[in-house]
Amino acid sequence: MSGRRNDPIRISFTLNGEPTTVEVSPWERLLDLLRYRLGLTGTKEGCAEGECGACTVYLDGLPVDSCLVPAYQVRGRLVETIESLDPEGMAHYHARGTTQCGACTPGVVMTAEWIRRHPNRLETHTVRELMAGNLCRCTGYDGIIEGIEGALEDREAG
Amino acid sequence: MLRREGLSKLTGRERYVDDLPLEDFLWGATVRSPAARGRISDIIFGDGVDWSEFVIVDHTDIPGRNAVYLMEYDQPALAPGYVRHVHEPVLLLAHPSREVARRALREVQVIVDVEPPALDFRALPGPDLIQYGEDNVLKRLSIQKGDVERALAESPIVVEGVYETGAQEHVYLETQGMLAYLDDDVLVIKGSMQCPYYVVKALKPALNRSEEEIRVIQTPTGGGFGGKEEFPSMVALHAGLLALKSRVPVKLIYDRTEDLVATTKRHPSQIRHRTGVDENGRLIAQDIEVVMDGGAYLTLTPVVLSRAIIHAAGLYHCDNVRILGRAMFTNSVPFGAFRGFGNPQAHFAVERHMDVIADRLRMDSVELRRINMIRDGQTTATGQVIRDGVDRLQIMDRALALSDYERRRREHWVRNSEHRYLRRGIGMAAFYHGAGFTGSGEVVLDSRLHVEGHPDGKVQVLCASTEMGQGQITIFIQLAADRLGYDPAEISIAEPDTHRVPDSGPTVGSRTAMVVGRLVERACDDLCRQAGLEIAVKANGGALVKEAIIAWHSAHPGERLLGKARYEPPPGIEWDEENYLGDAYGAFGWAAHVAEVEVDLRTYDVRVLDFVSVQDVGTVLNETLARGQVQGGVAQGISWALLEECVWKDGAMENGQLTNYIIPTSGDLPPIRVEFVEFPYEHGAQGAKGIGELPLVGAAPAVLNAVAAATGRQPTEIPLTPERLMVLLGSHAPGEAR
Amino acid sequence: MSVLLPGSLAEALETLAADPDLVPMAGGTDLLVHWPQHTEVHEHSYLDLSGVEELRPHRWEADELILGGLTTYWDIIEDRRAWNELPLLIDAARQVGSIQIQTRGSWAGNIVNASPAADGVPVLMAYDAVVVLESTRGRSEVPLSGFYSAYKKMRRSPDELVTEIRVPRRAYDVQIFEKVGARRAQAITKVGVAVTRSDAGWRVVANSVAPFVCRCPAVERILEEGTEVRGPDDLLPAIREDVSPIDDIRSTAEYREKVLARLLYYDLLDVCPSFR
Repeated sequence: MSGRRNDPIRISFTLNGEPTTVEVSPWERLLDLLRYRLGLTGTKEGCAEGECGACTVYLDGLPVDSCLVPAYQVRGRLVETIESLDPEGMAHYHARGTTQCGACTPGVVMTAEWIRRHPNRLETHTVRELMAGNLCRCTGYDGIIEGIEGALEDREAG
Repeated sequence: MLRREGLSKLTGRERYVDDLPLEDFLWGATVRSPAARGRISDIIFGDGVDWSEFVIVDHTDIPGRNAVYLMEYDQPALAPGYVRHVHEPVLLLAHPSREVARRALREVQVIVDVEPPALDFRALPGPDLIQYGEDNVLKRLSIQKGDVERALAESPIVVEGVYETGAQEHVYLETQGMLAYLDDDVLVIKGSMQCPYYVVKALKPALNRSEEEIRVIQTPTGGGFGGKEEFPSMVALHAGLLALKSRVPVKLIYDRTEDLVATTKRHPSQIRHRTGVDENGRLIAQDIEVVMDGGAYLTLTPVVLSRAIIHAAGLYHCDNVRILGRAMFTNSVPFGAFRGFGNPQAHFAVERHMDVIADRLRMDSVELRRINMIRDGQTTATGQVIRDGVDRLQIMDRALALSDYERRRREHWVRNSEHRYLRRGIGMAAFYHGAGFTGSGEVVLDSRLHVEGHPDGKVQVLCASTEMGQGQITIFIQLAADRLGYDPAEISIAEPDTHRVPDSGPTVGSRTAMVVGRLVERACDDLCRQAGLEIAVKANGGALVKEAIIAWHSAHPGERLLGKARYEPPPGIEWDEENYLGDAYGAFGWAAHVAEVEVDLRTYDVRVLDFVSVQDVGTVLNETLARGQVQGGVAQGISWALLEECVWKDGAMENGQLTNYIIPTSGDLPPIRVEFVEFPYEHGAQGAKGIGELPLVGAAPAVLNAVAAATGRQPTEIPLTPERLMVLLGSHAPGEAR
Repeated sequence: MSVLLPGSLAEALETLAADPDLVPMAGGTDLLVHWPQHTEVHEHSYLDLSGVEELRPHRWEADELILGGLTTYWDIIEDRRAWNELPLLIDAARQVGSIQIQTRGSWAGNIVNASPAADGVPVLMAYDAVVVLESTRGRSEVPLSGFYSAYKKMRRSPDELVTEIRVPRRAYDVQIFEKVGARRAQAITKVGVAVTRSDAGWRVVANSVAPFVCRCPAVERILEEGTEVRGPDDLLPAIREDVSPIDDIRSTAEYREKVLARLLYYDLLDVCPSFR
């Protein structure tokens, strides 16, 4: 347990499948750690308040807003960012207008791919409800929803 | 063709300005005025900070004119001792640590001797509030056709209405941001923007530098919608000033709150209609007054007002029209470009008013529109003869058919009488939007574009147009590929870098596909000529072109092969700028929206159940991209109508967070159904007309017309929040609400 | 800023006893909002609870659902039994923010954050939940309905942590939760209400209409006594006795009061014979 003012905290965690050890400032957010210290700029900052979802990453397999996660809280845990996703899996989104300006896109894709991996959640939730934590200003959401529905159909077929 | 940069965006590899790898740089921060008006009497730097660690820039550090040049030089880059709006930039700070820079912002106090601010654009300003000219009128414009006063006097029925719209923030998901650094003697600016050459033009007089000494490069831009048309010049100038003083790269990225409260927004408006009609609903006279809040500095206000009045009478024919427009100076944060640019305001009023007229006449609002919709051969308010062959009634009828308008209307009538608290309604709007710059604006822009053939036969388009999600890159590649007969994979778009690309004009005004796209085609033709070929034909033409380019390079080693094009106005456009008469636009896009809503009388919440949009944008160049533009524009229009409200206090926006400046989530919108009806425009690329703004223009009135149908009341103001709807409906129990 | 990272509940309580000024931090979904801009909070000292694993699990006992001090909304959404037995917990949980917030936000964190707009609190209160607080001095149990006394004032001493929330397992024949926000998700509640009826009687709990989430005894009395209600306006006197909505940046007092009355009226029309 660290104690003194502004002392950096040494943490070890798994990042995109790789063991990672780094020292973080107590006030550092996971988003800052990823973007500015670890060079993983795929995760974006849109609001700093957990409203827009552009900063979505997986923490122990669940989607979270990394702007609201203190960096030291990921010690001992699994963190996955957009950089860990297989680009081959993006075909449906590409074909259906899921992205326009791209600023919300990494967050959208993270949540969308989580839905694709956990389709049982669709027994109780609609895609729109599950995506409601990812704000988009360009698409009006149709391109996003259609991309996800296309990806889900493929999963069923495949 | 799929979006060229789509995979890069989907995998998170696309690099926006804040993603660029950078070492040894400073973070910029902006110190702003706390007051809406007054003289700066002191600036106090707190004791708890080592200010020697900071680079500090004030107005005395500006080498040239202290102005962010746009239409005029009225807006200071940094307040020189007098402030005219809350959040006006006063000082710039830079520090290697972003955290320290943020803390420091709290430690600088700008002391203002406050004077009474003018904050209500609708009220006639008292003498102590006059700060512009004699009457605070930033701009006056008028359009006159026929004799409105006489016609009104002779009208059997006159219907009046006053309609108000509020400010709207762009909420592009990537905030404003710029990076500035010196490369030898050249000041390089990289960042999020729509118009690199606007930035150059603003930086030149302020920094006393030539175009060779300023290099502006657009980085991938996470949304613009007009919010990055003019404002980036301010951010760029600030970053540039800091970089020049520090001689070290400076990155200036706005926080979301800062972006929400301190940047430009859509102009608020109040529009009065006085309309004379006969018993059959034919329009006899339209007397319209458009008043806009012009904010504290001019920005593009005169052009917004211009577009508003040109469209204010709607797409109807009327022999007697008078439109008076006025933009008022206030001590509000300046307003600026936002998708639609005055036309959404104009059409909210006129399309709401048409339903109000129909209600008064006890006639079907669809019929009212049908009777009055402008036919080919008739003239608009400016006297422009419409003769584009577009079947506007077909567009409207198609929207009505797709939305099952008549059947649903009847169903709602029954259903509403049966349900305890849910009321459904369906409403429509018919509207239009002039594509490109008004009148001779495109001639003034004098856009240029190059297409380069490389030694390996590949081709690159060089222009200042910017991709901000609308699909510009993909469309231009398509157009070039089609024109040359090339495989699109052999064509690329150059990074918009003012040292490499010519000025093809700003990426605004629904001009990119239509106007600049046409330049792409013509430059491709010129490329072929330069390579010694007749203009390329498709089918095997591509192979010939490629061979010719490669051969040319063999014969001219080390030289560049460029095809060039320069804007040429279509024939027959005559516009009288002084009297606002004639051909306002070379082409119009026409559309109809139908919205179905459900009003919950328990909560006064309005839910949009279904939305249909039928658009004529000439030739549709790319179905997926075009549909995306329409859906996105509709979403922004619905949101402006129901959700987005700037809460003002003493000239400052109080709700500067995404938790309380509300845009829709995926759960707040229905699927938006889009269909295109194509009436190609011969002077647009492959027959395309403008698309970007049109869809937003008619969304708000369609939604509110549906709410009126659902509730039997006539809303006149947006945003129509539940709180406002509650007041509008009064204290009716559901049975009485109809 | 300093952060202390206890690995167990005992360690956390000892640390807190030694320095009650420490700010306990759970998921961070409230504290970290606008974190970079709120530089003043970087000066504080925090007791981070994320390593106290024993507080995370929830469990079903014979007559209670016991939520842990760090149980998240998502933990309950993923529990089928909650959907069947205590569906208001699900209704509330799925309307908190978005899934990215639900995976991190805790029920206990929502309680001690003490927002008048808290969404987990009304349903817990309508289910007669009991808050379990522990410190080095011992353990105490406080009914949630008596936990708050004023705006942001609660019956928690600085050295106490919420370690459990005990929710009775009962048969309910009325369970209603309404949240009215500016949009369908990611919305701060403008006016909300949770209503239950069981053998224990009626519970009506409102949020965003008073300085803290509270029961509405006058409204409950109307329901218990079967007083005739002919329209939403008939509920206004009782509502005005129970709550005091205000105008703020999100909504107006008039809207809140009126909508609360209308929600109660229409939602109870079918289950209360005295409502006409």
